[in-house]
Amino acid sequence: MTVQPGDQDATTRRSFLGRIWLWLGGLAILEGAWITAAILRPRKERPDADREEIVVAGPVDRFEVGSVTAFPTGKFYLTRVEDGGFLALSRRCTHLGCTVPWVAGEGRFICPCHASSFDLHGEVLSPPAPRALDLHPVRIENGVVKVDTGTTVTRDAFSSSQVTRP
Amino acid sequence: MPSIMGGSRSQGGVVTEKDQGQHEDGFLRRLWRSVFRGPIVPATDRDRRWIVFNTLLLHFRPTQLPEKTLRFTHTFGLGGMSLVLILLLFATGILMMFVYEPSPDAAYESITNLQDDVLFGRLVRNTHHWSANFLVGVALLHLLRVFLTGGYHPPRQFNWVVGLALLLFILVANFTGYLLPWDQLSYWAITISTAMLIYVPWIGEWLQQIARGGSEISSTTLIGFYTIHTTVVPAALIVFAALHFWRVRKVKGVVIPRREGEPVEDKPAKVLFLPHLLTREVAVACMLVAIIVLTSVFFNAPLGAEANPGMSPNPAKAPWYFLGFQELLLHFHPVIAVVLIPLAAALFFAMLPYIRYRHVDGIWMMSEVGRRSGVAGVVVGFVVTPLLIVADELSSGSADLSSGLSGVLPLVVVAAVIAGFVFGLRRLMAAPKEEIVQAVVILLLASMVVLTITGVWFRGEGMALVWPWEIGG
Repeated sequence: MTVQPGDQDATTRRSFLGRIWLWLGGLAILEGAWITAAILRPRKERPDADREEIVVAGPVDRFEVGSVTAFPTGKFYLTRVEDGGFLALSRRCTHLGCTVPWVAGEGRFICPCHASSFDLHGEVLSPPAPRALDLHPVRIENGVVKVDTGTTVTRDAFSSSQVTRP
Repeated sequence: MPSIMGGSRSQGGVVTEKDQGQHEDGFLRRLWRSVFRGPIVPATDRDRRWIVFNTLLLHFRPTQLPEKTLRFTHTFGLGGMSLVLILLLFATGILMMFVYEPSPDAAYESITNLQDDVLFGRLVRNTHHWSANFLVGVALLHLLRVFLTGGYHPPRQFNWVVGLALLLFILVANFTGYLLPWDQLSYWAITISTAMLIYVPWIGEWLQQIARGGSEISSTTLIGFYTIHTTVVPAALIVFAALHFWRVRKVKGVVIPRREGEPVEDKPAKVLFLPHLLTREVAVACMLVAIIVLTSVFFNAPLGAEANPGMSPNPAKAPWYFLGFQELLLHFHPVIAVVLIPLAAALFFAMLPYIRYRHVDGIWMMSEVGRRSGVAGVVVGFVVTPLLIVADELSSGSADLSSGLSGVLPLVVVAAVIAGFVFGLRRLMAAPKEEIVQAVVILLLASMVVLTITGVWFRGEGMALVWPWEIGG
C-alpha cells in the first residue's frame, strides 16, 4: 500500500510518532499541574490523629447559669444557658470571620466589623450575619466540662438539642 | 572619540570584524567594541534608528512613530508611568526582601526593624507602598484613556485583553503584599477579603481554603502570599508587560488622535522614537519618581499594631481598591455582590473589543454626543449613587440581605436607574448605540468610584455611615 504524502486519513509512521509526542507533551503538562496542585494543597497539621483537640474547661459548678467564659487559646466561648446546659460557641463571626467580643453590658456578642450581634445561644439577633455562631462539641465527664475544638459544627439556628446538660 | 560617537566611521552602524582598524587597536578598544558594536551617542538619524533597533530594551519600542501621538494630552504617558512604577516596585521590593522574614512570629518585627534600624529602610518601604497604590490608580486611568479613545478596536483587540490581565496581576500583587506586614490592618483586611469567597455558590469553601492555605489565616497563608508576591506576580508582570509593549510596536504605536469628521490618515507624518519620544518619556519618568519620593518622604506607609487574631479592629476594612465590593456587600445579596457583579464586569470588559461595534478610534469619547452623554453618566453616577446608598441605609439598614427580597430588590432599583438613563439619552440626545454603551460604562465606573469613596471615608464603627471627620473618634 502506498501512502500519498499529505493524505489526511492515512496514518504514517511519521504522523503516528508525531501524535505520540503530542500526547506525551500533554501528559507532561498534566504531571506539572498535578505536582503544583499537590504542593499548593492545604497540609494537615497532624495527619494521623483524628483531629481531636480537647480543651478541659473546668468543673461544672465553676460556671454560673447565664455566664459567658472566654477561652482565648481555644478560640471559643463557653456559655451556660438557662436550663444549666453548656454551649461552646466559636468566636468567629459567621458573616466575614471577624472575632466577636462578648459585650457584658448589653448581654450579647457584637461583631466589630459589620455590627452583627448574637445572643447567649449564638443565635443571630441582628444581621448581616447569615447563621448562628458555630459550635464545638461539649462533653461532660465526671463533672468536668471538656470542649473538642478540633471539630466545628455549623448550624443555621439554635435548637435545644445542641445544648449539653450535666 | 570615534568609537562611541556616531558619524562617518560607523555610518552603517555595525562594525564588522573585518573592520580595517582592528589590527591597530589596543585590547581595551577591542573589548569596548565587542560590547558596544555600534555608536552610543548618535550623530545621525541613521545612528538613532540603529540604536533603537539593536538595543534589547529599546527594540520593544518602534523606531519611528506618528508625530501626532507625541502629544502628552493624548495618552498622558499613563502606560509608561505604569512601567516606571513597576520598576520602582521591583527595586524597592528586592531591597526589602533582604530584611523581611515571612513567618507570623518574625514578620512584624522585621518590618519595624526595617523602619527603625535600617538606614533609609522607612523610605524604601514608603516608596514601595506609594508606588503600589499609585500603580492601581495609574493603571485604571490608563484603561480609561484607552477605552475613551477607542484604543481597543482592531488591530488592538487582543492587547486590550493583555492589559486587563496586567491589571489583574497588579491587583493580585497589591492584595498579596497587603498581608506581609502582619499587622492588625493587614491581618483583618485579608481575613475579610478571603471570607467574601465563602459566598461563591458550591465552591466557596474550597476557594477559601485555596486562598488561605487552610481554614484560617496562618503561616501557610503568609508563605503562600509571600511567594506569589515576590516571584509569581513579578514574573507574570515582566512577561505580559513585554508582550503589551511589543504589540503596541507591532501596530505602529498608539491610536492616532483626530478630530470628529477628520479622516484616518493613510500616511501620517512620522518622527523618530529617539530622541522625540524617549526624551519625553524620560522627562515624565523623572517627574513621577520625584513625586513618589517626595510623597514617601512626607507620608509614611501605615503600620498598625502587630496582628492579633483574637481582636478585630473596629471598623475592619478591606484594602481600598476592594472597598467598593465591600460596600456592595452591605447593599446586595452576597452572591450578587461577590460573584454576579464582579464576574459580569470582568466578562464585559474582556468582551468589549469583540462586540460588533462601530469602530471609532482616535476621537475622545467618539463624538460630541458621546462626550455629552459621558458627562451625563458621571453626573448621574455621582448624584444617584449616594442617594441610593443613603436610601438603602435608612430603609433596610439592618435587614437580612441573604434571604428574602431585601438583597435582590436593590438590583431591581439599580437596573431601573440604568434603564431610565438609557431612555433619557435616547430621547434627549438621540445618542447612537455605541455612545450609549460608553455612557453606561462611565455611569457604572462613576458609581464604583462613589462606592469606594464611601467605603474609605464614610464608613465608621460597625460599618455605619458617618462623616469622614468622625471616623477617628
